Amino acid sequence: MLKNRIIPCLDVKNGRVVKGINFVDLKDAGDPVEQAKIYSDGGADEICFLDITASNENRDTIYDVVEKTSKKCFVPLTVGGGVRSVEDINKLLNCGADKVSINTAAVENSKVVLDSSKKFGSQCIVVAIDAKKNGDKWEVFTHGGRNNSGIDALEYAEQMEKNGAGELLVTSMDRDGTQVGYDIDLMSKISSKVNIPVIASGGVGNLDHLVDGIKLGKASAVLAASIFHYGKHSVKEAKDYLDSKGIPVRI
Amino acid sequence: MKVTIVDYKSGNISSVINSFKEVAKDKVTIAVTSDLNKIKSSDKIVLPGQGSFKSCVDALNKIKGLTDSLNEFAITSKKPLLGICVGLQMFADVGYEETKTKGLGWISGKVSKIDNQNGKYKLPHIGWNQINIVKDSKIFKDIENNSHMYFVHSYEFVPNDKKVISATTDYSSNIVCSVEKENIFGTQFHPEKSERIGLKIIDNFINL
Repeated sequence: MLKNRIIPCLDVKNGRVVKGINFVDLKDAGDPVEQAKIYSDGGADEICFLDITASNENRDTIYDVVEKTSKKCFVPLTVGGGVRSVEDINKLLNCGADKVSINTAAVENSKVVLDSSKKFGSQCIVVAIDAKKNGDKWEVFTHGGRNNSGIDALEYAEQMEKNGAGELLVTSMDRDGTQVGYDIDLMSKISSKVNIPVIASGGVGNLDHLVDGIKLGKASAVLAASIFHYGKHSVKEAKDYLDSKGIPVRI
Repeated sequence: MKVTIVDYKSGNISSVINSFKEVAKDKVTIAVTSDLNKIKSSDKIVLPGQGSFKSCVDALNKIKGLTDSLNEFAITSKKPLLGICVGLQMFADVGYEETKTKGLGWISGKVSKIDNQNGKYKLPHIGWNQINIVKDSKIFKDIENNSHMYFVHSYEFVPNDKKVISATTDYSSNIVCSVEKENIFGTQFHPEKSERIGLKIIDNFINL
């Protein structure tokens, strides 16, 4: 039986972890490679890096991080943030990323998804959708949630599936950082609309939220950042909890 | 001993390279090449594959003499070869992804889309699933039945002779996820992305 996945996400800036696990025994709490290794050793089903490096001159730091991580972590590694072109994707894959998530570039130029999925295969193309509720629909935001594209998130999800996305990483802008739980309505509507797996993101504050994301939100995988950082919960605790609620997980 | 990962410019093989190097340490040489002579002189070959069946077959055929060299290695010389994901799928006679495409024809059968029961199951089949070991395979030494492996695919290999099947996995249907025919091994899942247990399979292959 296919298991639901738990994916810890690390925010990386200028090659350093911004929010990370606050373990005292860590030699270097800012080292993404070391943090990723802790997660993969702890049973994470995949690892996600979100590169939030703002300046262009430091953009290359992420390649070095990915290269080092992929030599130590033998679970799938997804990298997103600042991915603009097929060439960016190519570089990340060559450094050892298994999947690349595309956000703003997919909205601005749908050819990026079309071309990259053709070139590298759908299995490594994740389209990240940042959605915010407006009335009775959700709109797609770009540039880290700063710009409203006005595009309907449900229609966009369907279009991205057609363009060759292998998975959708759906983040609720309303919930991100609030720790009150995923936007279940958004997750389940998108998941029902498309035939590709949906990864739920944005708003996790406790382990029940992970359960809801899968049971009610119909997500195939759940991504979370802050509950795994600062040692609030380990991936193992999350898995045991999901297991106790009857959700199939890899233990 | 020299193990060669065939680099035929199809998709992302860095994870395969990293995992084999991790397992091999300094004991075994891991080469990454499409050089025909280097392939011929190898002791073992790994045939990775990402993207579509057609794109992988096209990429193989683009390198002049590569298919012949692989045939010579696996069929004539009967040296050990491991196909991963589309690398395994290409063992078939024919694949139906994008368009009907001729495979290597090493293990009689076809590659067709997984029946997702009218959308009841998501495709690609992505994530960790358990393998049911149905045959003693040399690459499964010390691998427990029902171990989790990482999958990502929408197409499945359906061999004609069921005796080649060494493991299956349950999704929308019972999917063939590992084969062994004499010196030819293949996994639909990604041992290179399946943590310690996956690395053990790689270790088993290297130590054949």
